[in-house]
Amino acid sequence: MPRRIVIGIRGVGHRVIDSIWRLGYASRFFLLTLLKSGTSLRRFGLVIRELYFTGVLSLIIILVSGLFVGMVLGLQGYETLQKYGAESAVGTLVALSLVRELGPVVAALLFASRAGSAITAEIGLMKATEQLAAMEMMAVDPIARVVAPRFWAGVISMPFLAALFSTIGVFGGYLVAVVVIGVDEGSFWSQMQNAVDFRYDIVNGIIKTCVFGVAVTAIAVFEGYDASPTAEGVSGATTRTVVTSSLAILGLDFVLTSFMFRGMS
Amino acid sequence: MQRTVMDLWVGLFVIVGIGALLFLALKVGNMGTYSAAQSYMLIGNFENIGGLKVRAPVKSAGVVVGRVTDIRLNTETFDAAVTMSIDSRYQFPKDTFASILTAGLLGEQYIGLAAGGDETSLKEGDKIMKTNSAIVLEDLIGRFLFNKAAEGDKD
Repeated sequence: MPRRIVIGIRGVGHRVIDSIWRLGYASRFFLLTLLKSGTSLRRFGLVIRELYFTGVLSLIIILVSGLFVGMVLGLQGYETLQKYGAESAVGTLVALSLVRELGPVVAALLFASRAGSAITAEIGLMKATEQLAAMEMMAVDPIARVVAPRFWAGVISMPFLAALFSTIGVFGGYLVAVVVIGVDEGSFWSQMQNAVDFRYDIVNGIIKTCVFGVAVTAIAVFEGYDASPTAEGVSGATTRTVVTSSLAILGLDFVLTSFMFRGMS
Repeated sequence: MQRTVMDLWVGLFVIVGIGALLFLALKVGNMGTYSAAQSYMLIGNFENIGGLKVRAPVKSAGVVVGRVTDIRLNTETFDAAVTMSIDSRYQFPKDTFASILTAGLLGEQYIGLAAGGDETSLKEGDKIMKTNSAIVLEDLIGRFLFNKAAEGDKD
């Protein structure tokens, strides 16, 4: 009996040490990516190629879901606000919830599953087919040539994608509230402008998206680089990317929100 | 995919993204209507500020002329010291009256400035002498009940 307890405790310890080791490995990998990103910034063509794949090709899903999220917010907001005779505040509701929370978070979640998983699968497969090893043989650093451009492309495209998500969402809310339901257009926009502060709401939202962009792409490139070089390993790494980065986005969002919007007075 | 086509798409993506940020800043946010670049500070002491919050608007004749930037308790007089930043396009006379008002029945509270007739105008850091506290509903009801009771005694 005591032997089984010892084995159990040993299992817990093994897992904790393993996860701490992995965290340290990931942080060192992240630092190494930053240190070696000089090449990718000098040869900016590499980043532009990745911007096309992570940014431009994510546009469709971001725009369509932004539009529908905005339209649903408009409908539901109107439904509740009209009970209090405050239906012209629906613009405020749509804009504030998009700019502060939904824009950064939902855009980052979509970005993680659309672009993050693709990055992991690509790098993982490069490793499985020994392309990364071949690069090292030719004295080309795979971190500088493969990892850093993907990282920077993700970090650059994330704020733009989230801004587009919020913009198209506000437009969707406008479409439902003003065009379909018939809320007064003037008060829709003026109440929105009165309530949304540039420094307090929009800049904080942009800071959030930048943090999410770094977190998602750092996790994606690390999981790809760390994947075991088999078909199973690549699929496992892709799943881990989506799960870990989704959890990281939601956790970071709570931390950032509690620092940024701690009540006003 | 050819390099030039890719460049074109990425360029379009970045330009549309910057456009979206500008739209958010100017059309959705208040950057187009109010800039904090040129403003001056005024201080008003209120007996009771009710539910006034930092960033609440300061209005004169219904026009937003500034924002509340800071609220703290003055521990010497035990009233609330409210700091507001006013757009420097708008100058107010020395005997301006500041009162805390409510937009609608349930709306947010804001500071209303009613200009007086003095010739000199308020400058950076000046104190507004005439202030009117927020109307607290409980006080109002209490006073009403007290008056009713006093009337009842007379009869």
